[in-house]
Amino acid sequence: MKILSLIKLSLRALLRNKLRAFLTMLGIIIGVAAVITMMSIGKGSQQSIENSLSNMGSNLITIVPYNNVPGGVRVQGSSVQSLTIEDVSALERQSTHLSAISPIAQSNGQVIKGSLNWPTSIQGVAPEVLEIKKLSLKDGIMFGEDEVRSSAKVCLLGQTVIDNVFEPGENPIGQTIRFNKIPFLVVGVLSPKGQNTFGQDQDDIVIAPYTTVQNRITANRYFQSIVASANNEAESNPASDEILEILRQSHRLRRNQDNDFSVRTQAELINTLNSTSGMLTTLLTVIAGISLLIGGIGIMNIMYVSVTERTKEIGLRMSIGARGIDILMQFLIEAVMISVVGGIIGVVVGVSATMIVAHTLGWPTLISQASILISFFVCALTGVFFGYYPAQKAAMLDPIEALRYE
Amino acid sequence: MSKKILELKDLKREFIVGSETVRALRGVSFDVEEGEFLTIMGSSGSGKTTLLNILGCLDKPSGGNYILDGTDVKNLDRDELARFRNHKIGFIFQSYNLLSRTSALENVELPLLYNPAVSSSERRERAMHALDSVKLAERYDHMPNQLSGGQQQRVAIARALVNEPVMILADEATGNLDTRTSYEIMSLMQDLNIKQKKTIVFVTHEPDIATFSSRTVTLRDGMVIKDIKNENVKNAAEALASVSKTEDDKS
Ligand SMILES: Nc1ncnc2c1ncn2[C@@H]1O[C@H](COP(=O)(O)OP(=O)(O)OP(=O)(O)O)[C@@H](O)[C@H]1O
Ligand SMILES: [Mg+2]
Repeated sequence: MKILSLIKLSLRALLRNKLRAFLTMLGIIIGVAAVITMMSIGKGSQQSIENSLSNMGSNLITIVPYNNVPGGVRVQGSSVQSLTIEDVSALERQSTHLSAISPIAQSNGQVIKGSLNWPTSIQGVAPEVLEIKKLSLKDGIMFGEDEVRSSAKVCLLGQTVIDNVFEPGENPIGQTIRFNKIPFLVVGVLSPKGQNTFGQDQDDIVIAPYTTVQNRITANRYFQSIVASANNEAESNPASDEILEILRQSHRLRRNQDNDFSVRTQAELINTLNSTSGMLTTLLTVIAGISLLIGGIGIMNIMYVSVTERTKEIGLRMSIGARGIDILMQFLIEAVMISVVGGIIGVVVGVSATMIVAHTLGWPTLISQASILISFFVCALTGVFFGYYPAQKAAMLDPIEALRYE
Repeated sequence: MSKKILELKDLKREFIVGSETVRALRGVSFDVEEGEFLTIMGSSGSGKTTLLNILGCLDKPSGGNYILDGTDVKNLDRDELARFRNHKIGFIFQSYNLLSRTSALENVELPLLYNPAVSSSERRERAMHALDSVKLAERYDHMPNQLSGGQQQRVAIARALVNEPVMILADEATGNLDTRTSYEIMSLMQDLNIKQKKTIVFVTHEPDIATFSSRTVTLRDGMVIKDIKNENVKNAAEALASVSKTEDDKS
């Protein structure tokens, strides 16, 4: 029997039992839609993590205070105070793998401009921070060493802060804002960077010389962190080792003492996050795969029912010359048709669901052609695999007995 | 002397049911020549259906030889048997066995679907022609449930003819029909036999029906007890006309 006639035949058999065919497909539809949605979300977030991390600079190195006294009380990183300007100077003097270094002194507070105010945080930094964190200026200038030395009350604003404390269209440059009552002259505006993967608004930021923040706001000589750039991504690891060396020396740690700081490279972070999100994607895909399996079992079940119901038809077809293989193909194609049509609907549902998620929740998604192709083939395979046994049963029927079946 | 289309030599068929052996055929031998119209009679359980299934290549004998159109069926495998059924045999059943929710035309096309040599346009053409020859030209698109029993059986006959078989096998093809419709079917059979030179083997219970055939083989307990040539073959068309007349007279 020709393949086209077979396809027509099975289509017709399916259309005769539309509801049943649909219910059988449902398992496959849900399975495929789930696979595609999960993979799209997983891939999307992976991609966006990668993007935003390399946006921050793939050679970025972050040093934070860290307390790890065995048996002692572990203290949250930010409340440990171990990083000072001496560390920064030591790194500047001794390091060979670093191209730029900036301390970060951070404080939360309220930006006030006229009658408008906005809660945000101010970061006291060195001018090098622009290079290190891949920030750029939309307008105005960056403060320099002189302003750092003199603890000048100058600042640069991120777009979110501007949107909230300035009237639309107003030029912030040259104006004065107050941060925790202290007046700052706005000298520059940072180019917007949008949200990072973790949903943080990277434009909700005020930067000022670290000396200004330390002397006039926090009154604290410790830094929350130090950021640095390795000469290039490949030097991240040697740079990290070098920093350990220099800071241990600078902190006068003895051999048996643990570090009171920790060094994280961006490359490391990217790998960790990637492997976590990769694991998550795998897990979700496995779950979706299981629902596909259940869908397949549904097909098998319904095909057995179908074969039993149509025993007499099978007998008749055999009596007028259908070979075993003809009957086998008839039922196999029917099963494959269920799974493939279900697969197509599943792809449509999955892609739509992904788009809805992307639109309404604003999650990053990436619909990969691979996931569509894979689920499609898995579907066809499911149909063949689960359709084979019922079809085989049909093909092995004895024509006389099948004809006599009531 | 015309060609032998069927040769049965000491045909045996045994069924094993549990520990018992049912001997449905205990050695049946006869030949059928091309163009014969043979009826097989016998009481219930005498082995008629069993014999016909073997003749139709649906079943194989457990002993003896069955030679169909020069080929010993014993040597054929499942697929070759299917091919034989498709090419050489047209089956007509007591209960019509049409596919439901499938038009008359498509039911008739069915055997050709399993014949790869026939293109889809040729298939349609031949199915129409077959339906025309059983006088159902107006019923191409009717579903089986929109047809009378006699019409359904005629669709089944068209289906049996469409592959141009060498032989038509019918198992109590008139069993479900009234006298008048039975005569219609028999008249059709006689036409096929005489005009199209088809060999027909027709199983029936009714002696009346057997009078339309040229030869009657009678079975009892799986053996041939009578094999007679019918010297005085009745014409089914005439019988039909006289039945119609008496019915018309009554009304
Ligand atoms: N598949 C089978 N298994 C066991 N016994 C069978 C089988 N088919 C037929 N028989 C037996 O073989 C014998 C002949 O049966 P068969 O159906 O050929 O009779 P028949 O002449 O066609 O009868 P009827 O006129 O009632 O149709 C019966 O005794 C029946 O019980
Ligand atoms: Mg019988």
